Amino acid sequence: MSQPDVSTYRQREESLTLSPLDPEQAAAEGLSTELLTLNMGPHHPATHGVLRLLVTLEGEVVRDVKPIVGYLHTGIEKTCEDKAYWKAIPVIERMDYLAYFFNAQAFCGAVEALVGVEVPKRAEYLRVIHLELNRIMSHLVWLGTSALDLGAISMFWYCFREKEKILDLFEYSTGQRMHTRYFQVGGVIEDIPRGWVEKVRDFTADMPNRVNQYAAILDRNEIVLQRLRHTGVVDEQTLLDLGVTGPLLRATGNPWDLRKAAPYSAYADFEFKIPVGTVGDNYDRYRVRLAEMVESVRIIDQALDGLPEGPYITGDRKVALPPRHELATSMEALIHHFKLVTEGFRVPPGEIYYPIEGPRGELGCFVRADGSAKPARVHMREPSFIMMPALAEMARDGYIADLIASLGMLDPIIGGVDR
Amino acid sequence: MPDATGLELLAQDLREADSDAVLDTLFFRDRATLIVDPARVRPALEWLKGRGYGFLASVHGVDYYPEEPRLGVLYELLDMERVDRLTVKARVHTEKPELASAVPLWTAANVQEREVYDMFGVVFEGHPDLRRILMPDDYEGFPQRRDFPMGGEPVLFTYNEDQVPRWFE
Repeated sequence: MSQPDVSTYRQREESLTLSPLDPEQAAAEGLSTELLTLNMGPHHPATHGVLRLLVTLEGEVVRDVKPIVGYLHTGIEKTCEDKAYWKAIPVIERMDYLAYFFNAQAFCGAVEALVGVEVPKRAEYLRVIHLELNRIMSHLVWLGTSALDLGAISMFWYCFREKEKILDLFEYSTGQRMHTRYFQVGGVIEDIPRGWVEKVRDFTADMPNRVNQYAAILDRNEIVLQRLRHTGVVDEQTLLDLGVTGPLLRATGNPWDLRKAAPYSAYADFEFKIPVGTVGDNYDRYRVRLAEMVESVRIIDQALDGLPEGPYITGDRKVALPPRHELATSMEALIHHFKLVTEGFRVPPGEIYYPIEGPRGELGCFVRADGSAKPARVHMREPSFIMMPALAEMARDGYIADLIASLGMLDPIIGGVDR
Repeated sequence: MPDATGLELLAQDLREADSDAVLDTLFFRDRATLIVDPARVRPALEWLKGRGYGFLASVHGVDYYPEEPRLGVLYELLDMERVDRLTVKARVHTEKPELASAVPLWTAANVQEREVYDMFGVVFEGHPDLRRILMPDDYEGFPQRRDFPMGGEPVLFTYNEDQVPRWFE
């Protein structure tokens, strides 16, 4: 920490001692120091949900953190085994409640691979638009709440203002603000309404400016620099060993992004960059996510430019509902509709692990089909759950205030951790 | 993904390193799976890690009820250089659900093996801290097993608290 542009605040803090005794004198008098184990949470505003941390402290310095999870466990994976494939989508969306389109995409992608159904190009593009809007939304919530943890309350209002715009777009196109059940096996449930594209264009024209405004507020803010730079540093190899990907890994300089490395859906069609950091401290994590929002805007713009005409869901009536108007005239359509709504479609036996790049890293969905209309096993590889142990690596030997900053920059969603 | 031939070659190489390690290979929907002997999981994973599959993406359990051996543990490996995925599967019986832990190879296995233990009761030998992670510590049974009933636990309300035995514990 010898860079000339970093203020000496931390060194001055470290040289302070609040103890009236110096250590040698204390030892001579038979006094001893001991580690303090402190419980944080599960109901603590800085833990962003029901997360409990057992913190081992030496004075104000964190020596170890043990995250204790499970308070929000709702057994969604077990619930899915009792639901037809299309009925499992709404519960799966509720796992990581800030990345509902991603959850749905992972599950639908896995089932589509099992069934072998082709998704129309227009549906893929609509999915990408919604996924990237969702990524921006998730990052906005992260930025607002994390900045709030650092003491910047106005950021919260600015971020939620833009987040509301995205939720309005979701409501316009899908009918719901959150947990939209928009992605279906084989495509999306409905085509976008008239005028929606223009609304998204307005948003994408506005958003890069907004990101610049956030950056202007935070990038060189003294408090942000003090609390984020050189705190919570974890090197690339430790993160890889922990299985952590996403913005955390990219902040260390590793440009691993599944959208580029192994393009799924329509991501191969778009041109975008992968923002990376250099040292992997909290400031890099902040900058990477901020830059990702701009890249997501670029992807949305390209997807809107190239949005192809055509069907928005597969024509395979064995997995997708027939259009409503056909029911009045076609007996076939009525039979298909009845079969799909009552039993659902059957999926040939097999197992698939389908990974995508979520806002927090690799989001993989494992589905095992046994030939019936219900999945025999659904498992989500939730990046939030995997990255929880990384918190100890980030917070160790830092101040307890840095633990809060690191937890904010880690960005775990407890609904995803506990599922 | 290795193609079907690549998977067979990989399995053959692994058999040369350890003749009984590979029980079967499975190539399904362009995805490669090695089914390994549960007693040789750790050396097989170590060998694969040396072959480039250096990233453990996911560990999860499956219950294949009513097939035997019932429980399966799947390791999703990833080669970040060649962008290549491989699934390693080990099947164990419910009477003796024991596997060697992968924590010495990847720290990532730590919490995920705890989850598999929590949900399926697979015991990982050599795991540093094998406790329940999502369910309460005193929970009985392994809820993700297929024979564990849905709604097997009564929901406690004031009107039925005297019908739910030992609710106060």
